[in-house]
This record gives sequence, C-alpha cells and structure tokens, in this order.
Amino acid sequence: MSAREAILTRVRTALGRRAGDAVPEPGPPRMAVPNVDVEQRIAMFSAALEKLAGKPFVAESCEQAGEYVRSVIAGRSAISSRSPILEKCGVACPVGIDRHRAACAESAAGITSAEYALADTGSLVMFANSEEARLISLLPPVHIAIIERSQILTGLDELLSIAPRPADISSSMVLITGTSRTADIEQILVRGVHGPGEVHVIIL
Amino acid sequence: MTTSAANIRSTLENANLQLAIYTSTARLIQKRRGALAGDLLPDYQELRDEANRLKRHTIDHLDYYLELFEKNVTAHGGNVVYCETATDVADFVLGLAKKRGARLIVKSKSMTTEEIDLNHRVEHHGLEAVETDLGEYIIQLAGQRPYHIVAPALHMTRHEVADVFSSKLGVPQEIIPENQTMIARGVLREKFLAADIGITGANFLIADSGALVLVENEGNARLTSSAPKIHIAIAGIEKLIPRAQDLAVFLKLLGRSATGQALTSYTSFLSGPRRPGEVDGPEEFYVVLLDAGRTKLLENPERRQSLYCIRCGACLNHCPVYRKIGGHNYPWVYSGPIGAIITPQFHGAARDPWLPYASSLCGACAEVCPVKIDIPKLLLDLRADVAAYKEHAGASSAERFAFRAFAFIMRRPKLYEFVTRLARMLAPQREGWISRLPLGIAPGPVKQWLSQRHLPAPAAKSFRELWRQR
Repeated sequence: MSAREAILTRVRTALGRRAGDAVPEPGPPRMAVPNVDVEQRIAMFSAALEKLAGKPFVAESCEQAGEYVRSVIAGRSAISSRSPILEKCGVACPVGIDRHRAACAESAAGITSAEYALADTGSLVMFANSEEARLISLLPPVHIAIIERSQILTGLDELLSIAPRPADISSSMVLITGTSRTADIEQILVRGVHGPGEVHVIIL
Repeated sequence: MTTSAANIRSTLENANLQLAIYTSTARLIQKRRGALAGDLLPDYQELRDEANRLKRHTIDHLDYYLELFEKNVTAHGGNVVYCETATDVADFVLGLAKKRGARLIVKSKSMTTEEIDLNHRVEHHGLEAVETDLGEYIIQLAGQRPYHIVAPALHMTRHEVADVFSSKLGVPQEIIPENQTMIARGVLREKFLAADIGITGANFLIADSGALVLVENEGNARLTSSAPKIHIAIAGIEKLIPRAQDLAVFLKLLGRSATGQALTSYTSFLSGPRRPGEVDGPEEFYVVLLDAGRTKLLENPERRQSLYCIRCGACLNHCPVYRKIGGHNYPWVYSGPIGAIITPQFHGAARDPWLPYASSLCGACAEVCPVKIDIPKLLLDLRADVAAYKEHAGASSAERFAFRAFAFIMRRPKLYEFVTRLARMLAPQREGWISRLPLGIAPGPVKQWLSQRHLPAPAAKSFRELWRQR
C-alpha cells in the first residue's frame, strides 16, 4: 500500500468515514465589505501604512509621481517591473529576464505597481505575472510602488470577494504590509531583515 | 530532549533567564492586547467561533479535503507527496536532492520540520541546511531547539547572540540587535542566492485552491519559496482549511494572537511552480503531507481538537507555568499548554507522565486560543490517561489508598462531619499554620507540597452547622 493510501485509510478509519462519503457544505464564508468612498480609502491606507513606518505619497499627476520616485532613489541603482503605469510616470527601467535575478540582487531600489491595496491594513497585493516579478519587491533594500487610487480596496474581505480563488490568477499572491521586520532578539523591532526596510507607496 | 527536576530548578534559579522569559512574554501579551483592545476587532469572539467551526468541519472530513487539495495542487503543476513518518520526509528530500544534484538547502521557520528533526537528518547525508528566520538561525548556530513556537530565540539576550555570532561566524563582538540583524542578513543573502532547494512549512493549506499560505515578517519565507529552483513545503495533514475565502477568518486571528499585528509583513499565497509568462519563481513545487502520528489524534472525537492549533503561541505567553519553566523544559519541540496536550498524544501517557500536570488549570490558555481549543479540559482528560497508566503499572498504591479513603468518607455524611470537626479541633486557629508545622517530620513530597502553601485557619463553624442553625 502506498503512503497515500495508508494515510487516507487511517484518516477514514479514525473518522468512521468511507471513500466517497458525502461532505456537507462548510457554510457561507464570513466576509463583510463596508461601503467606503475613495477619498476615505486613501486616508485609511495612508494612515495604516505610516503606522508601519511605510511612506505613502498622494501624487497629483504622473509627473509628480515620477519626481517623487526619483527623489527617493536619489541617483542610486534601481530595477523596475514591466507595469505600464511605471512607463507612464517615466520611471520604468526593466531588465531582460536573463539579467533579472542579478539586477534584483544588486539594485538599491525596486519599483513596481500592485494589483490592489488594502485600506484598513495598509497592504499591497501583488500577483506574479508577466509584468510583476516576485523578487523586485523583495531583494532591493527599498521598495517603491505606484498604484492608482481605484485599486485601493477596503480590506482583506473585499480582496477575497473579488478574487475568491487567487490561485486561478497566479502562482503567487503576496500581501505586503509595511516593511520586512523582526523582533527575534529581545523582542526589539528591527526593520529590513531579509526584505526591504523602506517601503514607499505612491497613490495616483 | 530530557526534562528533569534539576533542569527545571536551574531554569528557576537563573535570574537572567527568568527575566528574559518574563519580559519577552510580557511584550507579546501586551502586543496581542493592543491589537484586540476596544473595538479594533469588534467581532473577535465571533471570529473565534467561526475559526473553531471551520477547523472542526475540516478535521471531521479530512479525507475529503486532503484529496481535494491534492487534486488542485496537481492541476496547478505541483506535486503532493504523502509521508507517514519523519524518515519518509528525509528520504524524499534526500532522493530529490540527489536527482537534481542539490547541495544547499535554505529553510524558513517551520515547527513541523523541527518536529521531525529534518536538518540533522539531511546534514547527516552531506547536505547543508540553513535556517533563515533570524531567531531560528541564531539557535541553529547555538545548537539548540526553539524555545518558543513564534519566537525561537526568546530566551537569549543580545550578549548571548553576540557570543554565538562571534564564535560561529568569526565576526567581532556586536551587541546592538540592529547590527546583529544586518550580519545575519549579509550571510543569509548569499545562501538564498546560492541555494538549490528552499524548504518551508505552511500556515494553511487551502483545499479549494491547491495553495499554501505562509505568514511571516522577515521576508525569508518569500525568499525561500521564490529564489531556489525547487520549493518544498512540509506540512502536517491538519493544516487544511476548505477555501481561500476562509482566510478572512484565520488571518484576522493569527497575526493578532501571535504578535499583535492585523496582518504580518508578508502573507504569501502560493500554488504550484512558476507559470508560463511569469518572470521568476520556482520551477518545481512539492507539498509534503505528513502524518507522523496525527491520525492517532483523530481517533478520539474530543481530543481531535488538538489538531485545530494554528501555532500562534498565545497560550505559551499567557501560561504561568511556561513563563516560569520556559520552553526547553518541555520534553518535545512543542512547548507550553499546546505542547502539554499534544506531546502525550503523540508519545503516549507513559513517557512524560508529569506533563498533563504541568498546569494550574487557570484557563488562560483557553481564553486566548484563537481557535478555542479547550486546553484545560484536554489536560484533565490526559491526566486520566496517566492515572490509568499508573494503575496498570501498579505504581500508585499510596495514591489509590488515599483516594479510596477519601471516597469512603465522602459517601458517609456522619463520618464526614466527624472528620471535619476533628480536623478543626486539631488545627491551630491561626492564619498560615500549615507552613509552621514541624516539616522535619513530613515525608519528602508532602514537605515539598507544604513548603509552597499558605492555608487559612479553618472556620469556627462548618457550612453544615451554619445551615442547621439558620
């Protein structure tokens, strides 16, 4: 008997079930999406991100967004994703796939967009796809993201009601909530352990 | 992994260690309280009920959800590997490493791999396995096991970390936690980029998506699961939940209960290897589903709830026993109240008969448990196992005699009144009399017991007497 069969058989014996026995529905998922207007979402998102030492910036125009990004990078090296919004703001600097990993490891800043943002927790929601990679928001010490205000959802419940099965969309969905941090030594907070210690989110 | 009275005594007498445990758990208690205060999470109690209900539903139909999960992982190009024992997991990892010519493994914190002692098993065969969570890395260098489910190096001071780093990494003594963290970052960054295999655990396995969820703060789990070409996640079969949407319940509870965070820095939702068109990510994706004793826990419908645990560590922080004896005096990798209920069920009542008694039954653990495991109830239940075992082993004749005498008296009201009156006459009418008894005459265990007690003087009249005179 394979390990699979052995385990499934033991589980069924312990539970008093047989293969193919019916399973009742687990009941409706417990989610509630509040009604919050866009301005309020921006305010909530900014406040939540600031609490986590992240830096929100509401830009009036693409030019202003681009300027802000350049001022953060301040002449250091950067790598960007292939999101069209970065092109529009004039801050796109993607590299070819063969250089991708090395560039992520060497760059001071990673510039991306995000699929959504969550207002109540100050999170960015990123899917891996042909535009957004996993490592750009992870390896460089500074992460800069440009999003549009329409992408800000109220919170986790709204995200899971829009994307009930994230696996249908991408192999990787990551919620980024503030900076990389640890408190493993004497419960003292240190930022930027393995991921970025600095996170900027520009809202257009 | 032995526990002895001498080890516990040395923990209790180590003032620095006591301070480290006390302040760290106090901070964690404070953080949790801060995240649940006022109306920050108004439906907290309803969420706990729902989490308990969802876990019960999943565990009660686990065979169905295992197969559903497997089907969906496979549909996304991943592989599910069932393992019955710790050895099976090591054999799988070693076999895959050999086939792919892999030498270096990076690991992100996982209690399940601690449980099966995976690092030593693979290192024995010439592979290098590096822990990448900062706390876990420190204790790996120090050659210890985790002190706490969430904060593995909770017991170490910055000075001890400085010693470990300078002796194991050859760096100068550095006592500032920020700089210590940067030293680890530098060393581990090289490992991430060079690693052939990344091994993670899983906080949740999502049946309807064939996905796993990793909850973390440092980014090491993200790196472990996306930098190497091969990602292996090792999880107990009890980690399943039915749907991605159920995360709306569990994620709200886990971060707050563990570290007082609404969401941790990173929540990764991973399903299968990199897909066509995706820029990066692993080329191979395996989920190891581990039994290693879990199906034994399923047999008893009451005790099954031990498998609901989402490893937040809140019961450890709030336990007066854990906060005195610390993590290493528990006989297995799972410490605190949750360890006290799962260890005897995995290993049997005979191996550590004292463990279910390592609790004052104050109920703090049940009060803070986000999935509402009735830990005190299970501890009592397991004490019955120990009593039955002792009875069987014939090791409890004195205890049996005492309880028989007690039962004999309790069944006879007249005799009971006589005995209590006698006790009142004999005991001095003063507070604290019992600690002033000439303890020299009391036998060992009784002496120990009495030395820690402060009994009030008996009342002048018993309740039954007052009742009659009313």
